[in-house]
Amino acid sequence: MKVVGQPLPHEGARGHVTGEALYADDLCGRFPGLLHAWPVLAPHAHARVTRLDAAPALEEPGVVTTLTAGDAPGEANTGPNRHDEPLFPDEVMFHQQPVAWVLGETLDAARRGAARVAAEYEPLPAVLDIEQALAAGSYLTAPLRLADGDVSVLESSALRFEGELRIGGQEHFYLETQAALAWRDEAGYIAVYSSTQHPSETQEIVARVLGLPRHAVTVECPRMGGAFGGKEVQANASAAVAALGAWKTGRPVRVRLTRAIDMAITGKRHPFLVRYAAGFNADATLRALRAELYSDGGWSLDLSEPIMWRALFHVDNAYRLPAVEVVGRVCRTHKTSQTAFRGFGGPQGMLLIEEVMAQAAQRLALPADVVRSRNLYREGQATHYGERVDDAERMGTIWSQLKSSSAFEARRAEIAAANARSAHVKRGIAITPVKFGISFTAQFYNQAAAYVLVYRDGTVQVNHGGTEMGQGLFTKIQQIAADTLGVALARVRVMSTRTDKVPNTSATAASSGSDLNGAAVADACRQIRSRLAAVAAGMPDGEWREFAAVCEAAYRQRVPLSASGFYRTPDIHFDPRTGRGRPFHYYAFGAAVSEVEVDGFTGAYRLLRTDILEDVGDSLSPVVDRGQIEGGFIQGVGWLTIEELLWDEAGRLATAGASTYKLPSWSELPPVFNVSLLERAAMPHVIMGSKAVGEPPLMLAISVREALREVVAAFGSGVVTFDSPATPERIFFAVQRVRALRPALT
Amino acid sequence: MSALAFVLNGREVEIGEAAAQTPLLDLIREQGLTGAKEGCAEGECGACAVLVVDADGRPGKSALRVVNSCLMLSALAAGREIYTVEALATNGVLSDAQRAMAGAGGSQCGYCTPGFVVSLFAEQHRPDRTGPCEDEALAGNLCRCTGYRPIHDAAAALGAAPDGPLLRRLERAAPVLHAVSVGGFSRPATVGECVALLAATLDARLVGGATDLGVERNLRAKTWPHLISVEAIDELQQFTSTPERVLIGAALPLREIGERWRDAPDAVHEWLTLFGSPPIRNRATLGGNLATASPVGDGAPLLMALDAVLHIAGPSGSRTLPIAQFFTGYRKTALMPGEMLTAIEIPKPLPQSVRFFKIAKRRADDISTVALGVSLDVDRGRVRRARWAFGGVAATPLRVVEAEAAVSGGPWNADAVARVQAVLDKTLRPVSDHRGSKEYRLEVSKSLVEKYYWELQS
Ligand SMILES: Cc1cc2nc3c(=O)[nH]c(=O)nc-3n(C[C@H](O)[C@H](O)[C@H](O)COP(=O)(O)OP(=O)(O)OC[C@H]3O[C@@H](n4cnc5c(N)ncnc54)[C@H](O)[C@@H]3O)c2cc1C
Ligand code: FES
Ligand code: FES
Repeated sequence: MKVVGQPLPHEGARGHVTGEALYADDLCGRFPGLLHAWPVLAPHAHARVTRLDAAPALEEPGVVTTLTAGDAPGEANTGPNRHDEPLFPDEVMFHQQPVAWVLGETLDAARRGAARVAAEYEPLPAVLDIEQALAAGSYLTAPLRLADGDVSVLESSALRFEGELRIGGQEHFYLETQAALAWRDEAGYIAVYSSTQHPSETQEIVARVLGLPRHAVTVECPRMGGAFGGKEVQANASAAVAALGAWKTGRPVRVRLTRAIDMAITGKRHPFLVRYAAGFNADATLRALRAELYSDGGWSLDLSEPIMWRALFHVDNAYRLPAVEVVGRVCRTHKTSQTAFRGFGGPQGMLLIEEVMAQAAQRLALPADVVRSRNLYREGQATHYGERVDDAERMGTIWSQLKSSSAFEARRAEIAAANARSAHVKRGIAITPVKFGISFTAQFYNQAAAYVLVYRDGTVQVNHGGTEMGQGLFTKIQQIAADTLGVALARVRVMSTRTDKVPNTSATAASSGSDLNGAAVADACRQIRSRLAAVAAGMPDGEWREFAAVCEAAYRQRVPLSASGFYRTPDIHFDPRTGRGRPFHYYAFGAAVSEVEVDGFTGAYRLLRTDILEDVGDSLSPVVDRGQIEGGFIQGVGWLTIEELLWDEAGRLATAGASTYKLPSWSELPPVFNVSLLERAAMPHVIMGSKAVGEPPLMLAISVREALREVVAAFGSGVVTFDSPATPERIFFAVQRVRALRPALT
Repeated sequence: MSALAFVLNGREVEIGEAAAQTPLLDLIREQGLTGAKEGCAEGECGACAVLVVDADGRPGKSALRVVNSCLMLSALAAGREIYTVEALATNGVLSDAQRAMAGAGGSQCGYCTPGFVVSLFAEQHRPDRTGPCEDEALAGNLCRCTGYRPIHDAAAALGAAPDGPLLRRLERAAPVLHAVSVGGFSRPATVGECVALLAATLDARLVGGATDLGVERNLRAKTWPHLISVEAIDELQQFTSTPERVLIGAALPLREIGERWRDAPDAVHEWLTLFGSPPIRNRATLGGNLATASPVGDGAPLLMALDAVLHIAGPSGSRTLPIAQFFTGYRKTALMPGEMLTAIEIPKPLPQSVRFFKIAKRRADDISTVALGVSLDVDRGRVRRARWAFGGVAATPLRVVEAEAAVSGGPWNADAVARVQAVLDKTLRPVSDHRGSKEYRLEVSKSLVEKYYWELQS
């Protein structure tokens, strides 16, 4: 029986529920003599380090050594591309930046030691937000630009408006903070357990810092307790510190950031400032859009440039833009280096166009869903960067199916009637679409390799370059391998991700984990399967019986039982100079309808119901896919509503902990939550007809922001705008603004 | 068992004086039990949740309480019986909670999962549970991956707790907390002993549930020369309700206040549900809440609206103090050196109308941006008594006496609301911080008065 497409539980579920599943930091007990690391954190957003004397730390009982600039045999810099992240900086670039590390027999000893390191600083002026960066001309990139059509028609549009939107960032809050454990291996080289989405890059950075060739460094990612993009690049520094400590002391070293430190020093989703002007025709179709997007990249480049590109690629969301000019630029500020986060810039780009659609609807006094649906891509149309939107009709299908399955029109009418009767508590409903491009925009990343081993007893080990962070990649890989080899699921074991099994892997990111690695694994399995078929043909009755018997026969006939597989995504390219190309292999589509209720007295709101219809192609694993949709959606709701990153005047993150930074909890789950997968949706040229599902659902949460806008509008009149996130406070004041006349007390 | 030991999954574990103030979570993980994990070290995420066998309303029996082991200083576990996720499967057979979570897609990355399983298990084994598992039981656990729907389904699928070693364990009494006195940690059995200890150990610090102190320990690496746990003092665990008053022991965990004060006004039960999360309420006490004197604490506003009187013991005997006089400045109280809170008295009759409002970013388990405790007695159309007590609008919890004067003696109508709002405009001096701007705090405070009025009308 085929297992692909079956609603199987997560491959790690049993380990999860028993507590037996081990994460990097759970392995400490295996390493006698383990040392613990604690950073020395700078108390300024921008400063020169004028003196750093680590010696007093050594007087603290239990402190073993310190790590400072002189200790790295190689280049003490963890910046992936520009080498712009010194591990031991002499210029502090953000508040709480580590300037040195202390290793101790216990974590407390290391922490006490760190407090004794004598560091002196000369504070320098700091750039703390996008506006300040613009004023100071502080950038990390040149302007990036995408343009299409004649935007000058904007001026003569029937409806023309402009505005500004501030979009807050987001803390990943992977439940497992950054963690790494390094030791000298049996050959005297370095081995690292790292909670990393990109073991090959972690290997590269460790090798760089230690001045070693890459074959001297082995990185293994056992599994991650969540990542969401936050461990694509940002895992490297912790691994480098652990490895450097192990290299220096010869003892195993563990780095595990506390939540407070993790939040203070690791990058987040980029805050954006967007300035836009839009022109619409009288029939509510968009005529032209002009926008400037500025992101707060923090102190170093990280992945900010491709993130900005993806924002620019997604300013269309699911709408045809006949004329557009969008320019994006990454600002350099004295903050943590902002990084990948589920959606990778796409969400910010899409929030812009949804703001524009909503405002057009209000100004034209049309229902927002009408304006949105009039602008949806039609078959044959192309994006503003010249890629044809294949399967565009799926968007229209999703739209109408979802509207009817969610009883959108009837509920809207019922809500309007109820709102008329209720002065202080009102409801609103909105539908929004998602179209999301699948592929890494850096072309060379779109490759994957796998190494599949079959043993004589017919059991299988699968190695591949993807990492498991909860997204269910290993479950899907196991299913793909089982079906391709034609064996029972239980025979297939998916191994943890190691750089000594599959080299030069790409990050597990861009929703492409199963597309790429699944295809590579299938390739390897097909090779083995065809070899085994030949063996089976020569067996007495010429056909498959027991898989193990065929394997044993193959072994005896000296037929290899292992194979490496490979996959590269075909036919993708993009030229940043012309802004044209086909950067995406395909698009994922979906839409959501959300209904919210707002208490006008306080601005407090509740999400009452959400209906989602998502196109995942032929689902490889429906439980996993549904989990990605629901989890991504709720994470998006957090980003757009209650998750608020705030920095104080000194540049210190004021919300660096779970008590001050609130992610969705139980209370944000809508009581009615219907999720369906688009049927008959097989996707040609993608592994087993499936589609990527990791990131796109996050942006379905825009329906909640738009439903909030509908409610606010119901409290009064005028155009409703508010920055993101839509905290209760912002909604409270938005309600106050539209309440031209406060209802008299009765 | 030695004075400073506890039983972990059936095995005795020695804490050791050196580890007395180490979070219990670290101690458990050092035993090789790595199912409980540190997700926040602030009592917020529940990844560190473990089960404590605790006394139950049923004499001679016990119940499982979920606690955040990251906040529980190890010494507070002395003499207790504790179970972790590793103890829940029997001979490799998953418990219901585990099976439900695994089968429903309740885990993705799995890091939060042991904590959820522990909470679910405790809820399924809750002795007074009738009907399905309550979602609210999981409000102390955060999951960043699943979006909670499958976990909700797992909870909904659980029936009555099946027979098993832990269920049978609950048919026996919980261990009785004995007095402890070792270097740096004491757990006296009486108020007298406690006061004597306080007098003898000048730099001693009282500890209740450690939901505040545990956070200080973790975030600021704070340690104390001497900790005195008030948990074993019977007097501080009392609850009595007579026609004249309700008396709540200062160390009674919040959960028990709700369980014991069954006929409390709705506002009291709402206030408790809005206060932290189940694992927090399993440990947090009113004594700790008031003594810590947080300007955004939820205890004071409601207790002020109820005209609570605080019972205090100290070197020169006992005294009482109206709660309105308790807070003397930012994080300062009227407690003199060597004094402790023993009980909170709520005089009866209770006000005709009492409400508690909490403004926060997140609806569940968040700290208040603004809190309002309000009570009102109206006689023949005239306000006889009104209380407006706010949190989050000043350096201390604030009973706005001028607003009481503004309405008393007159009718409770829209004009009265406007007069209260005018007083608030003049008296509230909130500040801006990460929870809310000063403008919001002021405006929403005024708006809450209107909300109260409006809800009373309809
Ligand atoms: C996740 C989380 C959520 C929370 N949510 C809320 C919330 O919603 N609302 C809210 O108001 N608070 C909240 N808190 C704060 C905290 O839980 C409460 O303040 C709690 O009531 C403190 O009680 P405790 O017994 O744990 O105090 P402890 O931490 O044990 O002690 C706190 C202080 O009180 C002193 N103390 C303790 N007992 C006495 C006594 N009998 N006499 C004199 N002094 C004493 C201690 O010396 C210490 O200074 C939350 C905390 C956490 C970690
Ligand atoms: S670690 Fe988060 S509650 Fe204990
Ligand atoms: S499954 Fe990852 S945090 Fe819950």
